[in-house]
Amino acid sequence: MNVLEPYMDLILSVVYLVGVLMFLTIFALLAVWLERKVSAHLQDRLGPMMTGGWHGWSQTIADALKLILKEDIIPAVADRKLFRLAPYLVFIGSLAGFAVLPFAHNLIGSDINIGVYYVIAITSLVVIGILMAGWASNNKWALYGAMRAAAQMVSYEIPVALSLLIPVLMAGTMSMQTIVQNQAGGFWNWYVFQSIPFSLVAFVIYFWASLAEVNRTPFDIPEAESELVAGFHVEYSGMRFAVFFLAEYGNMFVVSAIAATVFLGGWHAPFTFLDFIPGPIWFIGKSMGLVLVQLWLRWTLPRLRVDQLMHVCWKIFLPFSFANLLLVGLWVVLKG
Amino acid sequence: MEAIFFIILSIIIIFSSMMVILKKNPIASVLFLILALFSTAAMYVMLMAPFIAAIQIIVYAGAIMVLFLFVIMLLNLKKINEGGAVTLKILGVIVAGLMMVVTAVVLRSVAIPADSGFLRSSPEGFGTVENVGMTLFTTYLLPFEIASFLLLAAIIGAVVLAKKKL
Repeated sequence: MNVLEPYMDLILSVVYLVGVLMFLTIFALLAVWLERKVSAHLQDRLGPMMTGGWHGWSQTIADALKLILKEDIIPAVADRKLFRLAPYLVFIGSLAGFAVLPFAHNLIGSDINIGVYYVIAITSLVVIGILMAGWASNNKWALYGAMRAAAQMVSYEIPVALSLLIPVLMAGTMSMQTIVQNQAGGFWNWYVFQSIPFSLVAFVIYFWASLAEVNRTPFDIPEAESELVAGFHVEYSGMRFAVFFLAEYGNMFVVSAIAATVFLGGWHAPFTFLDFIPGPIWFIGKSMGLVLVQLWLRWTLPRLRVDQLMHVCWKIFLPFSFANLLLVGLWVVLKG
Repeated sequence: MEAIFFIILSIIIIFSSMMVILKKNPIASVLFLILALFSTAAMYVMLMAPFIAAIQIIVYAGAIMVLFLFVIMLLNLKKINEGGAVTLKILGVIVAGLMMVVTAVVLRSVAIPADSGFLRSSPEGFGTVENVGMTLFTTYLLPFEIASFLLLAAIIGAVVLAKKKL
């Protein structure tokens, strides 16, 4: 054991990383199945029912196997190196977000003191990966999709960051664990219900803007099927396409988990007498609840136009976020 | 351990910075620039300044580089034209060489004393958000405000230039 002592941190990190990777894969498989089921039931269909017996639960496993076995096609005119690199960059950007998600009071990759900021920073890798994929494909639809995605993600980063600042202001720290610990003792202590209505507004703005960050309907114009075929990943096939898919679902979980952490009390139970249920269950449960709302919205709302999308961001979300930030600042100062 | 990280990061930074100017394809240049900026952010983390590191990634590797990529893609520059006269290349080599000599002379003449603070390790909590914020809003308040006004003017100017009819 003594030989391993200096490397303990490294070993633990690797174990944690493998654990997160497995969690992400299982989550993506589950979420894709859930998405198909939710969409089917919203449209009065049944969705996949055959594979695996009970409500077609293993449909996505079969699909993933098919994707792995499919031929990997790289277009002849594509920039081969960038084309290959892009999906992994997007995936790394999504996976790196998991490093600061507090699953429980003692289960977090790294409780750095700029936790909230780190997430905002690291997700910009995704934009670069998407731009790279769109450009390297050498396909005009892919390029249009990538440019839309970049414009949208860069714009919506601002309301996301501003509304994340509100719980940071209220907690006086950016460390994820401290923010969660400050929300202990019942759901009325969660930041979303503090300083009403400002934090509620911040939560709503964050949730909508994060939908745009992860390119979900009603903000999914980067991959609008009816006009762009499939957007930036139109030329990808087989495993590389699956990596994009995995990253997309990973991002959905990351944005939901951040909302659950900073607004909804993280791993705390809504009532103190429910504390015997372990933290990860609450944390994953809250995040999954928000993911379900994302799915629900996707199959309910139509897609926005590009100009409407920019209008919503710059003329509605941004002024409201700024006003919100000022008012919460005042609230924090007056509260002492 | 720290030395190993430093050496690896330095090699990445130097290599990618060189590739920025050596690559013919402007997109590849920008991507290498992003790599260089990311590695610089990692350097900041090693210097106990995580906040600056996050800012570096958000501002440079995130926003500005995405704009660079955007512009290059919009202009659709495939490759920078090769060639240029031989005399131009020779001139370039001479200028670069002179520049290197000047830099070397200047660097040699500035001996950094051991107690100047350059070589001292940073105090506890040096680069945290709290300390950076405190310094920015007390000691350097005026420069900070002036910089914000400058940026505001730039934003308004860009809007005025871009919009034909206000």
